[in-house]
Amino acid sequence: MIEMIDVWKSYPNGTDALKEINIKIDKSEFVYVVGPSGAGKSTFIKLMYREERPSKGQIFLNGYNVEKMKEKQIPKLRRSIGVVFQDYKLLPRLNVYENIAFAMEVVEAPRKLIRTRVMEMLDLVKLKHKLRALPSELSGGEQQRVSIARALVNNPQTIIADEPTGNLDPETSWEIMKIFEEINLRGTTVVMATHNREIVNTLRKRVVAIEAGRIARDQVRGDYGYED
Amino acid sequence: MKIRTLYRHVREGLRNIGRNGWMSFASVSSVAITLFILGVFVLLAMNVNHTAQVVESQVEVRVFLKKETTPEQIEKLKNQIEDLPQVKSVTLITKEEGIAKWKEDFGEKSYLFEGLEGEENPLSDELVVKPQNPRETALVAERVNSFPHIESINYGKETVEKLFSITTVVRNVGLGFIVALAFTAMFLISNTIKMTIVARRREIQIMKLVGATNAFIRWPFFIEGLLLGVLGAIVPVALLVVGYQYLIRFVKVDLNLYFLELLPLDPLAWQMAGLLMGIGAFIGVWGSIVSVRRFLKI
Repeated sequence: MIEMIDVWKSYPNGTDALKEINIKIDKSEFVYVVGPSGAGKSTFIKLMYREERPSKGQIFLNGYNVEKMKEKQIPKLRRSIGVVFQDYKLLPRLNVYENIAFAMEVVEAPRKLIRTRVMEMLDLVKLKHKLRALPSELSGGEQQRVSIARALVNNPQTIIADEPTGNLDPETSWEIMKIFEEINLRGTTVVMATHNREIVNTLRKRVVAIEAGRIARDQVRGDYGYED
Repeated sequence: MKIRTLYRHVREGLRNIGRNGWMSFASVSSVAITLFILGVFVLLAMNVNHTAQVVESQVEVRVFLKKETTPEQIEKLKNQIEDLPQVKSVTLITKEEGIAKWKEDFGEKSYLFEGLEGEENPLSDELVVKPQNPRETALVAERVNSFPHIESINYGKETVEKLFSITTVVRNVGLGFIVALAFTAMFLISNTIKMTIVARRREIQIMKLVGATNAFIRWPFFIEGLLLGVLGAIVPVALLVVGYQYLIRFVKVDLNLYFLELLPLDPLAWQMAGLLMGIGAFIGVWGSIVSVRRFLKI
């Protein structure tokens, strides 16, 4: 479960990235976050795993009070979430296999389990043949798939994805969406910021539109609603 | 922490040294060079200190007794002086022994001293007093002077004072140099290690965002720093041990400087090796842990 209560985010230069955000996302929900570039989608996403901090307001996620929690607890919060970062955030000197395995090493999983799970994930994102490649040797789409595999590998309660199909061709995008829908059906909450109108309009889910830092629209089984 | 996690940290620490290639090389080199210089100074200072000690320990107070003093009085006086807390030993050199020693020293010309034995002996009986602490020589002389039967006392007052002022300066300068060098070494090395870590700040941030604890991130850096420090110390230790062995042989055999006595390789070399290894390891760990900490706040 994710809940934000009267959350504001302003930057030191005085601009308000987010204003008066109130939202509740239940467990097992699937939510698209849409809106024009620069409207605050990424900031909204980053508040959830505490990469950004709100200027005001409260955030609850998977039972953690994100703003009031002790520093020692932060890793636990982050482990309960799988994040697909917009800029992938792969460790540059680890190969594909090691990057995905890292998320499991962090939770001290046994090596054998790590091996089987990572191979499963590589299979899922169709990168088995590149397991020894470094991120710098991959295309944008391939790096994005590694980031997705890493987000999924620990079976997190919540998946938060910032433009997970931004660099993928339509075919791969749909494969990734199938994976998201599959894990969502198994009970994982999915929050996904996207610009992909085709996906939003085809795979109908709840749509939250953020415009100029405010929630402008919140529809069950909504549509993309913007002309690109 | 689970054993497999510790194993993982050690493996990562080792791999990081390889992954960093040139940066690791730079760190090891800067550790090696600074510790080498430090090691040279430590060896030098230890030997200077040793030489100063040898010279100082030769200081003695010579007490000349009045002619008419009887052997019983001498014995009593000797015991009295020995009882002084500042006194290490007292040796009696009778006037007969004095003459014999002169004769020996003069060898072929010993006939010069013929007829000076017995009643004609111009020498006095003498007590040679070694102070417990060479620096208390003047005090010992003063104390002894208050006893009876003493004709005169000689301990080379000015020479001794000059000697001690020189050895004090030499020791302090040596110590100052070593302390200054140790700090320079620490600064240099931790700076180099810092650079290798600053280059990895983005990685540290990613690790945190993926849910790694601070300890999990720190451990491989700890191992890496420790290894860089120890590796960097091995080179100067090897060079200094081998070099010092040659130096000892050179001074003894080639220069034949019998008065210059260097400290033996054992245990000095091992002490120095331990010191350099310790400093290397400490600086390596300290440099990396301190630098990582700055980037863990996220």
